[in-house]
Amino acid sequence: MNIHEKIAGDLVTAGIGFVTTVPCKQLAGVIAEVDRHPEILHVPSNKEDEGMGLCAGAWMGGRRSAIIMQNTALGVTINTLATLIQFYRMPLPMLISYRGEPGEPVACQVEMAVHTKALLTQLHIPAYHFHRREDVEELPKILDYTFMCSKPVAILTDASFWGGY
Amino acid sequence: MIRSEILQEIAPVLRDQLVICNIGIPSQELHAIDDQPSNFYMLGTMGLASSIGLGLALVQPKPVVVIDGDGSILTNLGTLPTIANNPASNYILLVIDNGSYGSTGDQPTYTGRKTSLAGMASAAGCERVVECRAEDTGTVLQEALKAGEATVIICKCESGNAKMPVITMDPVTIRDRFMQAVAAA
Repeated sequence: MNIHEKIAGDLVTAGIGFVTTVPCKQLAGVIAEVDRHPEILHVPSNKEDEGMGLCAGAWMGGRRSAIIMQNTALGVTINTLATLIQFYRMPLPMLISYRGEPGEPVACQVEMAVHTKALLTQLHIPAYHFHRREDVEELPKILDYTFMCSKPVAILTDASFWGGY
Repeated sequence: MIRSEILQEIAPVLRDQLVICNIGIPSQELHAIDDQPSNFYMLGTMGLASSIGLGLALVQPKPVVVIDGDGSILTNLGTLPTIANNPASNYILLVIDNGSYGSTGDQPTYTGRKTSLAGMASAAGCERVVECRAEDTGTVLQEALKAGEATVIICKCESGNAKMPVITMDPVTIRDRFMQAVAAA
């Protein structure tokens, strides 16, 4: 089982049946796996706040949901996280590619990377940073934790975790 | 006709449906006219009513009616291709298009000028798009519920708001009673 199959499998084991995605190169493998998975309804969104709206609706409809996105998009989702996901107390696992960390070839990605953890801290969003491949072993527990506490929870996955570009 | 008059007229149809209602005065008006546990009022997050409704419609079989506005659709235009490409037969997007940002002082939107939301929805790939006069909204909505096909209704009406109280209900209460209405047999 490769890392992409493992992550998609963990989502399904956690009861997640609805996933929205906005692509990132680092996440291409896991997005493809989510799309292939028969137990997941995959609805690509055009922007991450739209995706969080889709997740909120799916969850209220009785289906656990998750979003897969890039950290640069945190900037466009702050209002949605505060006034929809947190205000109405909804669980939302956010599998995030943590662009702009060592190994990053694109300088501009660093500009949001330096704000990523600070923004999550400011929003009181629990955040877990996957840096080494074995960190993925924590994913099932983090997903259970997300649905236990009904909060948005960020899982930041950096270039080292994915094995570079 | 203004939005509140339309809501008053379609309230008897809405009360039996799952309704996702747009932020601000539209939610205040619907709440004052006919509060129901099956109404989900948006208290924040402009633009996402259509997305919340689509997520809900895609995972369960009951009809979902989204009450949205022209300003809110314009702020989340990416929603139209998503609706078109993930068609849910139980999804109705009712855009009350009064050509203005009602909750912020009736500033004009571009749909009162050159922009056609019906044209944009069709161009996005939505197959059942109906533009109607305010007076015909009830009939068009009931036809959409019967059609069993994803429908976008653009209801052209006049700008203006009824003066209704702010919703003070706790958001978790709104969400919890709504989820119970979704789950009810």
